[in-house]
Amino acid sequence: MSVFEGFKFRTVTSIIHKLDPRIKFFFVTVLFVMAILFNTLPALIVLFFIPLPFVFLAKVNRQWLRSLRGAVFLAVFIFATNFIIGYFYPNQSTEIVGSVDTLVEYIIILERSTAMTLRFVVLIASFSIFFLTTSPDHLGLALQQSHIPYEFCFAFTTAVRFVPVLADEAQTIMDAQKARGLELERGNFLKRVRNYIPILIPLIVNAIRRSLELAEAMESRAWGASEKRTNLYVLKLKRADYILAAVSVLMLTIAIFIWIYIPIPSLTQLLSL
Amino acid sequence: MIEVKNLHFTYSTGIEALNGINLTIDDGEFLAVMGQNGAGKTTLVKHFNGLLKPTTGEVLVDGISTRELSVAKLARNVGFVFQNPDHQLFSETVEDEIAFALKNFGFEENVIKKQVDWALNLLDIVQYRKTSPFMLSGGERKRVALASILAWDPKVVILDEPTIGQDHQQKEKLQQFILQLNAQKKTVVVVTHDVEFVAECNPRVLVMNEGKILSEGLAEKILTNKELIEQASIVPPQITQIFLELIDLGLPTDVIDVHEATKILLDRLRKNS
Repeated sequence: MSVFEGFKFRTVTSIIHKLDPRIKFFFVTVLFVMAILFNTLPALIVLFFIPLPFVFLAKVNRQWLRSLRGAVFLAVFIFATNFIIGYFYPNQSTEIVGSVDTLVEYIIILERSTAMTLRFVVLIASFSIFFLTTSPDHLGLALQQSHIPYEFCFAFTTAVRFVPVLADEAQTIMDAQKARGLELERGNFLKRVRNYIPILIPLIVNAIRRSLELAEAMESRAWGASEKRTNLYVLKLKRADYILAAVSVLMLTIAIFIWIYIPIPSLTQLLSL
Repeated sequence: MIEVKNLHFTYSTGIEALNGINLTIDDGEFLAVMGQNGAGKTTLVKHFNGLLKPTTGEVLVDGISTRELSVAKLARNVGFVFQNPDHQLFSETVEDEIAFALKNFGFEENVIKKQVDWALNLLDIVQYRKTSPFMLSGGERKRVALASILAWDPKVVILDEPTIGQDHQQKEKLQQFILQLNAQKKTVVVVTHDVEFVAECNPRVLVMNEGKILSEGLAEKILTNKELIEQASIVPPQITQIFLELIDLGLPTDVIDVHEATKILLDRLRKNS
């Protein structure tokens, strides 16, 4: 469940926490777009380092690292899939002609798989900064002020708000079933997948039950009674927000420029193997 | 026998939940663990079946450190009934639910059948054998959860908040049932906030506060010690409160049992008339 750690908000205040969520989201989206634009290892390594100062400024290094650690399993999976597919169909994604036989060709496949994995890590790394430093309330406010219908904003913030609750609940359920002799790590692959049924069923049943209760509680508090909602807090852009917005636009422009005019070589080409 | 030696436990979030616990629970003992929310009660008992392993210090179950055994191995001797039955129920029928743990422990088919029948009878839920546990009422679900643990006849039974959400009649039954378990030489550990329940069972009481043991002793000594229990946010049983108020009449202050109280009052009235 540790992959959720990165999406759990904790009340800390820092420069990053005080930034307008809309701008922060824009910044993270720029990182996202850049990670999609470039697919060579050197470019992605650079991209990996861009969000690091934010992590330190926001003082969320521990939680951030934990969410990266939680992503290890998926990262390994992505690496393996890319490597296997690259090995069997090398002509689709690389310039290799024919099948993979020389050492250089192996290295090319290896580099490409690493790049794809790093791309995933960059995405997790940047988005978890956003969620670690933005309170669900702020997020909802940002959505509302972006003229998204309140029903959608509410559904979204509620979903985000319940991620840690579900993660906690999953842990309790796991404990309860382990106390009845369930061994998650036992058996072959299929058996291991089946081992999760006793955990998933209570989790899903409870989630549905809770959503019905939530709906009732909302109805009884006159959900949707007034057409026009007002807010106690209103988001306003400050100087730091403008700076971050400018930095994001600049990064995006440079990235697009490089993408069009300067092809970034892969590590293998750089070392002219 | 469960021995706890200088147990410290820190959660991965950095919260220090247990801070040097020393405790011995003899075979056949009845222990109630009390204290306010966050005192570390559940964290402590989760060490008894290995769901949590000590950060430092040691927990020995029948002389073997819990660090050396898996939860599944420990659970064979130490049954743990979780607070909320919805965290464990997942099977299609009550019968399957009870058989789940027995299958995990690798019991023979005919033994499983026998034990399931026995547990169904014990908790008086035979009529629900083929019913889905999700169709049952809260009290009944709790009994199914209890049956699913007792079915493998563990030597030690841990109950986390067994009386929560039960009506008076159910509670009375549950209390009789727990006393009966203890009478059959089982070690019973109950985590609870329910003073009236503890007062009526009169077990050994362990009062916890901020990860430490504040005090321990017989219920009639602990629950009548006003200063001590106030520190742990416990209100004395109602009958004790009355007797403490009537201290001017020269009534004893260490009464927790209603029947005993009646006897004292009757004796007093007879003497006066």
